Amino acid sequence: MDLGLIAQFLANGIVLGTMYALVAVGFTLFFGVLDVIKFSHGDVLMLGTFAGFTVWLGLEAVGIINPWLQLVVVLIASMVVTAAVGAAIAKWLVLPLKKAPPLNTLLVTLMLGTAIREAVRLFYPDGSNPKAFPALLPDASIDLGGFALRADSVILVVAGLLLIAGLNMMLNRTRLGLAIRAVAQDEETAQIMGINYMLVVLATFAIGSGVAAFAGVMNGLYYNEINFGMGLLLGLIGFSAAIVGGLGNLYGAILGGFLFAGLQVVGSALLPFASAYKDVFAFAVVIAIMAWKPTGLIPERASERV
Amino acid sequence: MTDIVMSPPVRRAGWIPGIATVAAVALYGWAILSAEEDWQVLGLLALAVIATVIGMVSGFGRSVQASWAAHESKLNGAALIGIVAVIAALSTQHFPLLMLSTMLLYFTASLGMNIQFGYTGMVNFAGAAFFGAGAYTAAVMGNVAWFPPLLTLVLGGVVSMALSLVLVFPIVRTTGHYAAVVTIAFGVLFKTFLEVNEILGGPQGLMVSSMRLLGWDFMDSPQIGGMKLSFYVNYALLCTALAALVFIAVRRLERSWLGLHMDAVRLDETAAACFGISVKKTKILAFLSGNMILGIAGALYGMMISFIAPSSFTFSDSLLMVSMVLLGGMGSPWGGALAAAIVILLPEKLQFLQEYRFLLFSVLVILVLLFRPDGLLPRQIRNYFPGARSRQ
Repeated sequence: MDLGLIAQFLANGIVLGTMYALVAVGFTLFFGVLDVIKFSHGDVLMLGTFAGFTVWLGLEAVGIINPWLQLVVVLIASMVVTAAVGAAIAKWLVLPLKKAPPLNTLLVTLMLGTAIREAVRLFYPDGSNPKAFPALLPDASIDLGGFALRADSVILVVAGLLLIAGLNMMLNRTRLGLAIRAVAQDEETAQIMGINYMLVVLATFAIGSGVAAFAGVMNGLYYNEINFGMGLLLGLIGFSAAIVGGLGNLYGAILGGFLFAGLQVVGSALLPFASAYKDVFAFAVVIAIMAWKPTGLIPERASERV
Repeated sequence: MTDIVMSPPVRRAGWIPGIATVAAVALYGWAILSAEEDWQVLGLLALAVIATVIGMVSGFGRSVQASWAAHESKLNGAALIGIVAVIAALSTQHFPLLMLSTMLLYFTASLGMNIQFGYTGMVNFAGAAFFGAGAYTAAVMGNVAWFPPLLTLVLGGVVSMALSLVLVFPIVRTTGHYAAVVTIAFGVLFKTFLEVNEILGGPQGLMVSSMRLLGWDFMDSPQIGGMKLSFYVNYALLCTALAALVFIAVRRLERSWLGLHMDAVRLDETAAACFGISVKKTKILAFLSGNMILGIAGALYGMMISFIAPSSFTFSDSLLMVSMVLLGGMGSPWGGALAAAIVILLPEKLQFLQEYRFLLFSVLVILVLLFRPDGLLPRQIRNYFPGARSRQ
């Protein structure tokens, strides 16, 4: 295998890994504050991407055609929509079921994800067909000896990594981040200390969902296509990544995201006769990792209390 | 659901409310299966809602429950007769019989999932994959001429069980969300594998040869007294037999010490382990036996619809099965029957709903989970003295 091909695989894996890590971060944040899995994450992300797409159509119609301006507006629109939807789900669906068994929350959000997916398929104009997402980033590429480094991938990866770094900074350096960590550690004590519990939970869900929206737009820009089912697989992969990395841990989510992307890339590189098996390979390794480390690669630091 | 009542019932309820319910449900089933116009179906649905409300308000519902608890085996037998009567009444019509058979198979599948979700408290989000494993076994074995099709059903269960053996190790070691991701990953893996595998037909799927029993091909229409019946009568009767058998087996399992172990593991793993119950063994048993039932039901399903493709065994279908268990009520066998009827019948009968069925069921399950978390027919309190008479 020549060097150019390996570099191509590597670049591909890094883009995918950034995308998956952005989705996984949401799962891990939600699990941190509320100990719940919000499975509709992927579909909320899809909804946000469609909202961004709709806004782009609107911009085109109005006549604003500067791609950078369009990109910023699309990103803001989709992040605002997902943040709002995420917070709404937390308020009206997840918090009311706080006392119920965790399985019920998982199921409610799974079903909500299905409902969102189906609603987009049925009610968005021509929603059952894939939509061509505009290429808003420059399509220049640098030839590095048999391997073309695309400018848009570089921009996407850098922006994604900056977002994750910003999130990490927010969690560790700001008052809101302190409040989120406090609630994650012990919600009752946090409330005694005067932290507005409801506000922190809603903010966490809004932030986690907004970050996922970035992954959704990134997905659209990278593949130049969006469809109603994109959230399901992205959500599944993000969930698996968060779990494999270890829930409630930002680094675990990032590790899991890049690991999953790496598995997919290795799968398609090692099985050239059947690159379609890459997902089979990746999910099989996920199952094997769960058997090896039942609570993820970076386990939660909590002992079971009886 | 978690309460345990040790006192035997004081007075045995009569069997009349139970029998009346069976007769009414059979009549209703016949009516809704043969209804063709949308307004007829909607009218019947409204009737069902009104009847349920009246039954709950007037207290008839409670006397039906008491009657069922007191005469369980007799009334279950009556229900069996009721199903056969409906089949006889519909014996010349293809489509209603196909729906009834599908309902029965999904009911059987829900019984298998119930062992996992309802009794042991395990999650399985790959129900459609194990169902599909049975169906694909039937497709492959259909090409082997000498292999008796009845054994294919058993083999479907065995293959599904063998596949679950792969998962046993991670499933037993993980709990909660971590276990959920294992089954979800397996479900996606299975479907993707089928889609890319050329030997198993790829995305186009496979033909499945029909059931044959003692030289009788199930594609032949039986003739009775010069009347030609639909060939689905064969399948409907076989599905009834399978559902009845699995029902008996699952009820026995629930009542036995194994079922007690499962309940104990669900309620508190640590406490169960303290009392010497092997949590691992119980979970393995529940996972394997539940998936075996799914595989058997899937094999018969494949033979009946005679054509299968990976698109019938997706993650959404697994979710549909889970919603069946939840709609009916965790651990409630008849609840599964009711839910299977709703899940299969509604979209087929109301064609304008067909397109919206996943949306409809997801919203329905959300509402049930929010407002009636125990399901439509919640599981009854465990009866420690089945058929016990009051001793004065």
